[in-house]
Amino acid sequence: MTEHALDIRNISKQFGGIPVLDNVSITVSEGEFVALLGPSGSGKSTLFQMIGGMMRPEAGNIMISGRQVTGERGHIAYMPQQASLLPWRTVAANVELALEIGGVPKAAARKETRQWLARVGLGEYADAYPHVLSGGMQQRVSFIRALLSPQRLMCLDEPFGALDALTRMQMQQWLLSIWEENRRSVLLVTHSIEEALLLSDRIVVLSAKPASVLEQIPVPFDRPRDERLWSTPLFNEMKEQIYELLKPANGAGGAGQA
Amino acid sequence: MGSKLRRGWPPLAVILLFLLAWQGVVMYGGIKPYLLPSPIQVIQEALSDKVWPRLVEHTLATAQRTLLGLFLGTAAGIVLSMLLHLLPGARRGLSPMLILSQNIPIIVLGPLLMIWLGFGELPKIVLIVLVCFFPITVAMMTGLRQSDPRLANYLAMIGAGRWTMFRRLELPGAVPYLFSGMKIAAAYSVTSAIVAEWLGAKSGLGYFIKLSASGFFTARVLAATGIIVLFSLLLYGLVAAAERWFVRWKPQGEGGGLQP
Ligand SMILES: Nc1ncnc2c1ncn2[C@@H]1O[C@H](COP(=O)(O)OP(=O)(O)O)[C@@H](O)[C@H]1O
Ligand SMILES: [Mg+2]
Repeated sequence: MTEHALDIRNISKQFGGIPVLDNVSITVSEGEFVALLGPSGSGKSTLFQMIGGMMRPEAGNIMISGRQVTGERGHIAYMPQQASLLPWRTVAANVELALEIGGVPKAAARKETRQWLARVGLGEYADAYPHVLSGGMQQRVSFIRALLSPQRLMCLDEPFGALDALTRMQMQQWLLSIWEENRRSVLLVTHSIEEALLLSDRIVVLSAKPASVLEQIPVPFDRPRDERLWSTPLFNEMKEQIYELLKPANGAGGAGQA
Repeated sequence: MGSKLRRGWPPLAVILLFLLAWQGVVMYGGIKPYLLPSPIQVIQEALSDKVWPRLVEHTLATAQRTLLGLFLGTAAGIVLSMLLHLLPGARRGLSPMLILSQNIPIIVLGPLLMIWLGFGELPKIVLIVLVCFFPITVAMMTGLRQSDPRLANYLAMIGAGRWTMFRRLELPGAVPYLFSGMKIAAAYSVTSAIVAEWLGAKSGLGYFIKLSASGFFTARVLAATGIIVLFSLLLYGLVAAAERWFVRWKPQGEGGGLQP
């Protein structure tokens, strides 16, 4: 079989006897963008914490690039829901630090960071402290930081969940354009159906707690994509279909805000 | 700048009013100068040919001791807090003893140190160091343990080890706390230098005050006291300025601590 960027096999996890993840299996191929869609509280962040090695599953294995990494840290490039920039480091220094922790030599990290910040229009903020940036800007830095990290798999946990609707749409466009010219393996957690459809190659739909995989849906839209997709009939048809899947009647809890 | 001036006004006015009232009471109350000289008399005495050179000399001696003691005390406090933070066993074992040690009055500690270390400069510096390190250690330890769990989670996820976590997250995050501790230590350092000098020295403002008091030169005592107050303020200002530089990454208006 082929080597996946991420191969999660039969993961189960419970907290104090209450099952949160129930026999979940997910794969991400090399260069594939997979969206993980599920109601809040279904266990998506918990799954990420396990991929990141912060906790161990009761059952199952996690493989990254063919290597067994269950319970090990440092194998993923990570973008958390909050930007999580160190407030005493400038924007550039924050990005550089993530690269250095990932094992990139200092000089190379510096050069790469400067180049990319300029390239994505954040050049003038390179030497600013994070608190002067807006929420959207901070998330851009956080994304670039994950993108430049040497770990091959990017895990994005509701990266735009805390942003207002307009900023969120701009950020989706921005991420899409950067990702499409720099394809990395991505696992994106979201509870927005539109976001999953716009960005991903495949959508994995999780049930409510305890989460299990309800369905895997390939997203057929050609790339490069843009916001015109939103008004196409197929987009709206698929949106309806997934919405039906996530309805409480199908065993999923209310798909509310996180 | 304008708002700074406006905020500086009320305390300045209060001090001015206080000095005026003092001057008035002495002038019209018929109080004898050896009991309570007026502010003007104090300044005249301080600037007189006989007193001014001695005041300068003793001020320099006190300043030197204070700065050396504060510097060493800060260094000791930082090192100790880091050790206690990184070695939980040491923290549990040493913390009670550290807190107990703070119950020894410095007026007792001074003579003891002189018995053990002689009458030279060493026991005086040691006294200042002993008084200064504690607020630094406590503040710094609090700071080291306050790190944002979300940042810690992020760094752990991307593979940061214990040392990276300490150096990149906990230590920089503790810097604002360090400065809160240093502001307290700065005030303590001056007081303990004066006590050390009072207890046995041949120089310094503490020594000068003791000498002047026994000769009922009240104006000289007050002049030296004024210099001590000004010196403490200067030291506090220096620490606050260093803080503003080192903590410049914080959004404006979030700086904690006492208002100078
Ligand atoms: N450390 C923990 N201890 C106990 N319960 C937890 C812990 N972390 C998460 N949970 C529970 O697990 C469930 C899934 O949480 P989470 O993974 O954050 O969901 P999601 O990210 O999908 O919104 C929630 O019901 C939450 O209360
Ligand atoms: Mg979550």
